[in-house]
Amino acid sequence: MSDVIVIGAGVVGAACAYYAARAGLDVTVVDRGPVASGTTGSGEGNVLVSDKEPGPELDLALLSNRLWRELAEHGGFEFEAKGGLVVAETAGVLRQLTELAAKQGVEHTAVPGEALGGYEPHLAPGLAGGVHYPQDAQVQPMLAAARLIKLGADSYGHGTLHLRTGVTVTGFLRSGERVNGVRTSHGDILGGAVVNAAGTWGGEVAALAGVHLPVLPRRGFILVTEPLREPLIRHKVYTAAYVTNVASDAEGLETSAVVEGTPAGPVLIGASRERVGFDRTTSVPVLSRLAAQAVELFPALREVRAIRAYCGFRPYCPDHLPVIGEDPRAPGLYHACGHEGAGIGLAPATGYLLAQLLAGQRPGLDLHPFRPDRFTREENG
Amino acid sequence: MIHDLAVIGGGPAGVAGALTAALAGLRVVLLDGGPRLGGQYFRHAHGAEPEPRFARQSHALRQRAEVLLKHQVWAVSREDDAFTVHAHGTARAEVRARRVLIATGAHDRPLPFPGWDLPGVLTAGGAQALLKGERVPAGRRIAVAGTGPFLLPVAAGLARAGAEVAGVFEASGGLGLARHPVMALGKAGEAAGYAWALAARRVPYRRNHAVIAAHGEHELRAVTVARLDRDWNVLGTEELECDALAVGYGFVPQIELAVQLGCLTRQDADGTPVVDVDARQRTSVPGVWAAGEPTGVGGWELSETEGRIAGLALAGAGEVPGLLLRRRARLRAFAAALQGAYPVRPGWQSWLTPDTLICRCEEVPLARVREAQELGATDARSIKLLARPGMGWCQGRMCGYALACLAGEPQQPPRRPIAQPISLGALAEPPQKEH
Repeated sequence: MSDVIVIGAGVVGAACAYYAARAGLDVTVVDRGPVASGTTGSGEGNVLVSDKEPGPELDLALLSNRLWRELAEHGGFEFEAKGGLVVAETAGVLRQLTELAAKQGVEHTAVPGEALGGYEPHLAPGLAGGVHYPQDAQVQPMLAAARLIKLGADSYGHGTLHLRTGVTVTGFLRSGERVNGVRTSHGDILGGAVVNAAGTWGGEVAALAGVHLPVLPRRGFILVTEPLREPLIRHKVYTAAYVTNVASDAEGLETSAVVEGTPAGPVLIGASRERVGFDRTTSVPVLSRLAAQAVELFPALREVRAIRAYCGFRPYCPDHLPVIGEDPRAPGLYHACGHEGAGIGLAPATGYLLAQLLAGQRPGLDLHPFRPDRFTREENG
Repeated sequence: MIHDLAVIGGGPAGVAGALTAALAGLRVVLLDGGPRLGGQYFRHAHGAEPEPRFARQSHALRQRAEVLLKHQVWAVSREDDAFTVHAHGTARAEVRARRVLIATGAHDRPLPFPGWDLPGVLTAGGAQALLKGERVPAGRRIAVAGTGPFLLPVAAGLARAGAEVAGVFEASGGLGLARHPVMALGKAGEAAGYAWALAARRVPYRRNHAVIAAHGEHELRAVTVARLDRDWNVLGTEELECDALAVGYGFVPQIELAVQLGCLTRQDADGTPVVDVDARQRTSVPGVWAAGEPTGVGGWELSETEGRIAGLALAGAGEVPGLLLRRRARLRAFAAALQGAYPVRPGWQSWLTPDTLICRCEEVPLARVREAQELGATDARSIKLLARPGMGWCQGRMCGYALACLAGEPQQPPRRPIAQPISLGALAEPPQKEH
């Protein structure tokens, strides 16, 4: 019997497992597929503070940013503290950007249009300016998730943390009201507490426990280019429209340019958002728009070839905040899901705070804004 | 304008399908990425005459249908009751059609071994393409290795072109040259031709042998030839000098466009994913048809037969002539027998060392694949996510089969939303409507 059963071996589940093991708890991680095979496996690896409105999510992002840097020191996965550059096409948008930066109170530098070239020599001319965020970073999320689980097992004992892939949770076990284990495709597993880190499928897992959690898929495509011999793009570069799209509730397609290089050589191009369920059908118009926006920002990309595209499903909650904490409707069941497009960035803080809760400590950040029973019925669509 | 039919692929299946449908009165457009019709099998050099029968078909097709060469199809999408074929040649182009015939052929299926990334090591199909398309033998002294009947025409072609063929190494025990399957097809003449070409030049044909390593500093200098047991474990080795190696372990059907459209697939006799079609070559998606290697590897005659059947069915023929159906049945049975006679056996994995590259594009050695598996990557896709095999230029076409074997699963249908590389500039610009 484990102290904690974590459902989901994505980056959030991995972080929960790692920090719980570090807190001295015995942890079993189960996943119906292989490690990192859900939304973690389709992410860009954003570790951003720049795109967050001041408030609880920004606090979470800042804590997570610090924790990612600590975790990266163990090595074994790519972590690039490359910084982010948000650019504005017009003076009006630039003013909004700098106002947001001032409110956020995070480390940043306002960059006038004529100085953008010093940050990104290949940026298109004529942009009004931008804001540079040195704390923004990039992580290889799949490898990071897998390494975190291994690191936990290696550091705190293989009996303490173990991973069971190919195990599907089919229901919950209870002792009275209290959740004390899971039914799976491979038999029952007992545990002192269960963590729902099932990402976009977190709502389905919650439903198995009879509680409602409105986590919905928000589809995104990423275009990947051929590997470049010389790095062309230094920072994570995106347009101001990205910030407004992230915060929007629209069901229809929204796109904004997010462009960055990777250590392996290819350039990653995002980002699109649309609510179309779990439909994986490739949308040529979306790929076209992503390409057009990237080329507009970096004309040198015009001749670079796209060799791959993939899509993923962000776990979206109606108020754009993740769900972190124990569910009062099912004591013993904790949620750590619904991070939308920020799951990679917010994973360590989520795991760290949840482990504090599980170990009976007072969490270092107020988790009230992330409480699982905050949704009204109307938001449950 | 909306065509009645867009055919993707200008090899035996595509040309036969397009021509049959056009003769029946359909407005047909055919797209192919190459500079000439022919595909892999009827590939020919600029200015050379292709095989007469295929030449006649191609000529007839050009008079009755629109043929767009040098058009790489990178996606096919469906809107309402029509399809859009997304291609790029000199510019991005779009073709609209009510129905689509997928005849995209197959590519080589290599297996990794130490040194297979050295210059001078080619796929058997690559060596054949060089010879047919450019009239250039891959080297002066060439070893041919792998498994399956395709090794023979490759070796014979190289020998006829004046290269010294140092040996043909067939990993399977299967059947000797005298009982080679091309004989059974009533093609004794063709088989005898290959046999004669090899025998006349004293080219050794050795069963139960494989090239398990390639050596050289900057280019191929020699290979290790191993004698194998029936599971392909090594019994003994010797070294053989050569400056080129043509190696192939069968073929992988190119089905990514069918997968994009959501067509159901099935596993062929050897586990390869192929498009599932009914007796009239219809896929599970209304309006989408497939013929040739995408429905199962079986050679050019089967491809052409399937193309004709698809063409007739597409044109609304009430009944497909029994003659064609019987020929298809015979050729399919023969293809299945071949897959049975030349299976890839698991012992090839014992040829690998930890530093043997599994993915050449991303330079991923076996050790990194094994490390990913220990981290919890239990299938080929998650190994790719953790260790990057298949993420490079060829998008797993070369290493996909081997990686699936290493992961212990059958090869999965390829998910490639971009089937061919396309420049961001071309992708960004509004497409030209072709007519």
